[in-house]
Amino acid sequence: MSKIIYQRPESLKQRIYHYCPGCGHSIVHRVACEVIDEMGIRGITIGVPPAGCAVLAYHYFDVDMIEAPHGRGPAMASGIKRSLPDRIVFSYQGDGDLAAIGLAESFHAANRGENITIIFINNAVYGMTGGQMAPTTMLNQKTTTSPAGRKQILDGYPVKVCEIFSQIGGATYIERCAVSSPAGVKKTKKAIRKAFECQQNKLGFSMVEILSMCPTNWKMSSVDSCKWIDDVLGKEFPLGVFKDETTERKNEEEAHS
Amino acid sequence: MNKVLMSGNNIIGEAAIRAGCRFYAGYPITPQNELTEYMAEHIRQAEGGIFIQSESEIAAINMIAGASAAGLRVMTSSSSPGISLKQEGISSMAACELPGVIVNIVRGGPGLGNIRPSQGDYFQATRGGGHGDYRTMVFGPATCQELADLTMDAFDYADKYRTPVMILADGMMGQMMEPVIFKKPKPRQYNEKFVLRGAGTGKSKFIHGLILDPIDMEAHNWKLFRKYDVIKRKEFRFEEYLTDDAEFVIVAYGTAARIAKGAIKRLRENNIKAGLFRPITLWPFPELQLRAVSEKIKKFIVFEMSTGQMLEDVRLALQGYAEIQFHGRPGGAVPTPAELANVMVKMCDKND
Repeated sequence: MSKIIYQRPESLKQRIYHYCPGCGHSIVHRVACEVIDEMGIRGITIGVPPAGCAVLAYHYFDVDMIEAPHGRGPAMASGIKRSLPDRIVFSYQGDGDLAAIGLAESFHAANRGENITIIFINNAVYGMTGGQMAPTTMLNQKTTTSPAGRKQILDGYPVKVCEIFSQIGGATYIERCAVSSPAGVKKTKKAIRKAFECQQNKLGFSMVEILSMCPTNWKMSSVDSCKWIDDVLGKEFPLGVFKDETTERKNEEEAHS
Repeated sequence: MNKVLMSGNNIIGEAAIRAGCRFYAGYPITPQNELTEYMAEHIRQAEGGIFIQSESEIAAINMIAGASAAGLRVMTSSSSPGISLKQEGISSMAACELPGVIVNIVRGGPGLGNIRPSQGDYFQATRGGGHGDYRTMVFGPATCQELADLTMDAFDYADKYRTPVMILADGMMGQMMEPVIFKKPKPRQYNEKFVLRGAGTGKSKFIHGLILDPIDMEAHNWKLFRKYDVIKRKEFRFEEYLTDDAEFVIVAYGTAARIAKGAIKRLRENNIKAGLFRPITLWPFPELQLRAVSEKIKKFIVFEMSTGQMLEDVRLALQGYAEIQFHGRPGGAVPTPAELANVMVKMCDKND
C-alpha cells in the first residue's frame, strides 16, 4: 500500500500559477491553504487579496475572497470581520501595500486589535509594477527607481514592520519568517497556523511577515534568491516571534468570563 | 408616527438606522460631525449595529465596502475634502457592484475651502467622482423631511441596483432643524448570492474589479452602463413649483432651491410670475422633464451656490430650445431670498 505524503491542499484550486518561477507567493499560498485544510476552516474563511502580484490570489485560494484597493486590505478586512465575527478573515499584502500606501490602514487595524490576520509578503521590491523601490528595499539595493542603489539620505531606511507593529498595543501575535528554505517554509506554515488560531480564539490582531523571493526583479536565479534572503535580507530583517501575547489575552479573556 | 424636531445631520443618522443600516464608519470633518457622533451613540444601540471611527476617509469607505460585501446595510459620511479621499473606494464599490450610502455635507472649496454651505461638489457627485466609467445615483434633498425620506430610499436604491448612492446636502441642510416624520422602512430585498459569508460546503466566490482581459472589461463596462441606463430612465425625481403660469423658471436644487422658493414668493407679491424646477435626483438629472417645461416657458434662470455646474446639465437638457441665464454664489456665500428676488428682477429687466 502506498501512502500519500504530499498532495494539493483541498483549499488550493487546481490551476497553474501566474507567478514567475522561483517566486515565494505560490509557496505561501500553498502553506496557507494547508493550514486552512488542517484547521477545517475553508467554509468560514474570507480572504482579502491586495493590489500587486497576489491580486489574482482568488484564482488559487478556494475560499471566499474580495479584492481591496491598493493598501486598503486591513480596512476592508475590519469591515468584514466586524460584520461576521465568527469568520476567519485575512488580508494578504505586499511590502508596498502594507508599509507604504496602506501603512495607516494596517497600523490602525492592528491598534484597534481587529481580530484579523495579515499575511505580509516582504520581497523588498514592488513586484507587479516591475521592480521599483519598496519601503523594505535594502540600503544600496538597486531597483528601477533606485538605479544607483537605495540611499538613506534620499530614500530613507528599510521599514521594519514587525519591529514597529510589535510596539502596537492592539497587536497580539507578530512573527517574521522566510520561505527561502524547507525549514523556513515549515516555520512559515506553523506561524500562519498560530496566527489563524489566535484569530479563531478571538485573541486579536495577528500578522506573519514572510521574506519571500522575487528572482525576476532581483535579477537572480531562484537558488541565488533563496541564498540572498538567508545571507542579506534576513540579516536586515531578523526572523523570529516579535510579539506573542496569546497566553496573556487568553488569561484576560478567562478572567473576564 | 410622531413628528420630531431634529437637526439635519441627526435626521440622516436616524433615518439610516431605521432603514436598517448596521455598519457605519466615518472620520471627523466639519460640517458633518453631528452625523458621525449620532451614529457613534445610536447605531450600537440597534441590534448588530457597528460603528468604527476610522483612521481616514479612505479607510472608512473601504470598511463599509467590506461590511457591504459581508451583507450589511452600510453608510459613511463626510464633507467635500473627505469625499475626495473616498473616491478611490466609491469607484471600487461601483466596479464591484457593492451597495452603500455615502453622505456628502458639502462645504466651500476647492482645497480646504471653508466650512460654509456650498454646492461646489455637483460635478464630482454626478460625474462619478472617482476614476473609470461609472455613475452614482445622487439625491439633493432640500428639506429635513426629504433628508429622512431620501436617506431611507437611498438604501433601497443601493440594494436594488447594487451600486453606491450619494446624498448631496450641505452645511446648511446638516445644521438646520425642522420637524420630521420618519416613514416606515420597506423590508430589505437583497439577494444572498451577492454576499460573502465564507463558502461553507459550497463553491467559493470572489468579488473583484480587476478584469485584465480588455474584452471582459469592456463587457463589464457595458453591463454597468445598461444598469445606469435603467436608472436614468426610471429613477429620476423632481419638483415643479408654480410653473403653470410662470413667465420664467428658476432651476435650483437643495439649499439653493429653498432660497429660490422664498424669492419666488416675494416676486409673486410684486406680480412677477416666477416658478421653480427642482431636481431631486441630480443623477439621473430629470432632463426630459425639464425639457417638457420648456415647451411652454422659454426663460430659465439657473441658481446655484457654485460658479455654475448643474448649469451644464440644464443646457444639455434644454438643447438651445430656451434662454438660460445663471446666477451663482460660490465659496460658502448664501444669499437671502430677498437678495435673490432682487437679482431675478434685475436679470429679467436687462432682457426686456
